[in-house]
Amino acid sequence: MRQSFIAQNPSVLWFIAALALFTLGVTILSEAFGIGVLSTSFVKTLGKTLCLCLVAIAIDVVWGYCGILSLGHFAFFGLGGYAIGMWLMYARTEAIVVESLASAPLPPTEQEVIDAIGTQIFGVVGASEFPLLWAFSDSLILQLLMVVLVPGLLALVFGWLAFRSRVTGVYLSILTQAMTLALSLYLFQNDSGLRGNNGLSGLQNIPGFEDVPQATISIVFFWASAAALAIAYLVFAWATSGKMGSVIRGIRDDEARVRFLGYDVERYKLFVFTLTAVVAGIGGALYYPQAGIINPAEIAPIASIYLAVWVAIGGRGRLYGAVIGAAAVSLLSSWFTGGGAPNLDLGFFTIQWTDWWLVLLGVSFVAVTLFFPKGIGGVFDLIPSRRPTPRIGDYGPEKGALRREEGAP
Amino acid sequence: MSALLEVSGVSVTFGGFRAINNLSISIGEPELRAIIGPNGAGKTTFMDIITGKTRPDEGRVLWGEKSLSLLGLSESRIAREGSGRKFQKPTVFEAQTVRENLAMALKNPRGPFDVLLHRKTGEGARRIAEVADEVGLFEHLARPAEVLSHGQKQWLEIGMLLAQDPRLLLVDEPAAGMTPAEREHTTDILKAMAETRAVVVVEHDMEFVRRLDCKVTVLHEGSVLAEGSLDHVTANQDVIDVYLGR
Repeated sequence: MRQSFIAQNPSVLWFIAALALFTLGVTILSEAFGIGVLSTSFVKTLGKTLCLCLVAIAIDVVWGYCGILSLGHFAFFGLGGYAIGMWLMYARTEAIVVESLASAPLPPTEQEVIDAIGTQIFGVVGASEFPLLWAFSDSLILQLLMVVLVPGLLALVFGWLAFRSRVTGVYLSILTQAMTLALSLYLFQNDSGLRGNNGLSGLQNIPGFEDVPQATISIVFFWASAAALAIAYLVFAWATSGKMGSVIRGIRDDEARVRFLGYDVERYKLFVFTLTAVVAGIGGALYYPQAGIINPAEIAPIASIYLAVWVAIGGRGRLYGAVIGAAAVSLLSSWFTGGGAPNLDLGFFTIQWTDWWLVLLGVSFVAVTLFFPKGIGGVFDLIPSRRPTPRIGDYGPEKGALRREEGAP
Repeated sequence: MSALLEVSGVSVTFGGFRAINNLSISIGEPELRAIIGPNGAGKTTFMDIITGKTRPDEGRVLWGEKSLSLLGLSESRIAREGSGRKFQKPTVFEAQTVRENLAMALKNPRGPFDVLLHRKTGEGARRIAEVADEVGLFEHLARPAEVLSHGQKQWLEIGMLLAQDPRLLLVDEPAAGMTPAEREHTTDILKAMAETRAVVVVEHDMEFVRRLDCKVTVLHEGSVLAEGSLDHVTANQDVIDVYLGR
């Protein structure tokens, strides 16, 4: 009865293989290492999509497996982006400042360089002093640590307070959303120390690699995103299978019962919430150098709600479902909103997709929830041996419990 | 027989209604105890207090040799101390297999990191098979719990209790929805378990209680009305008035 991890989770192998093929395909079609069919900006879009898939599987673990509908994970994603963005911006501005001061008659002192960097970065919000937040921004290592620590600690503290009070269901969702809103409103302020609504920009310029063309940088980030997605998929698949998965899914369906078995439900929730927040932060740190800019609007609550919509459309409670949902919806979204979709002429009215895409997305979300509760990922259940038995009620009393229509994946 | 659980002077009020009123019960180890009483007598609330689900307004609940106070401890902590509970309605994890259900209950470290790094052992598998055999679910180990019949789910939950290996077992109407043969098997299992541990059974069915052949506590309006052998309490005039007579 003892089987290897892969034998128990065949979807992992399929997923890694598909991702590897996709990465290889994109590389061959790219400008940097291949025949140049795919533009650099499209490679960046694909790389960003992989990062969104990464945060989507994090949401799937926390919501689909553990039953906590978090509307705050995009905030963790954004925090990861800000953390890496601070170093990117500092290091690049430093290079520019040093170069321009080099032509001055007197060599600049260290303080002069730092002041000049401060003026460059914060001039836009009428300041020139480095706030305390930027204390580590000159060190790549420390900022990389912040990518993990800042979202992780915020999730740990927030989760500890929320779970300890046994806030569950929709109230917890509202609480996470309030946290996200508060964070984004704070960042919008000019004196927050992160350049207010200007955000951090120029992140696509990687310090030390100024001579490397963007085509190459884009494909390298694409690889990194694919690798991160693969690793996260493996880690999550491992964590949600076996006994840990059993307990987590038990918490989703009936947390009181899990408690009476002697498991400290709050600690498990905190573990899952924090782990997924850290993964979301890593996703953000890979995403925003590809996007080139991060501003507080990225963290707005609507982004976290989109995440939940992607996972619901893709199929909750199965990791590949989250990936399919995130990839399909975000790529479609950029196709529709980018003007790629031809307008639909109904004679009396012309549907312009740039305006109507959100309506279409909303309708699809309602339709999926009503008619395809298993989401897109549910098509894999059509393979006969996986067909579930019909049942009467939901799988447990909790708000986040698997619904009858979803079936056990 | 030494006392494992000492409940003394416990009261609890829900919005003005006194569900438990100055209740004192002592459970030994090992002991088999049946608790009977009309609806609303406070049987389930009594279990809720012991398992940490409900906090009493006053009174003491002491546990074990060191007289550990259970008040203020979380449900999971109390469960780890060694108390197991079976609910009236079978509550198993329906989205998971019988084996997964039993594995989750199996006596093992309960921390998140212990569980994350848990390796399946031959010993664990043997224990699961043993328990599954005992409750007649051996052939169903790989099946999801949702496909089991109502009675089989009751068995699975009893199996989870066996796997948990608690010192104190709280069982709420174990025989509900069982065939006569299954009831007999349940009685045997409960009796066998009570040889080494404390087992408290809440039951309505007098025939079932008679077969348990143990000390009986009659609850009424949140306090103990009578205590003793079944024959003793059924002869008690108060018990006849409030419970049997109706």
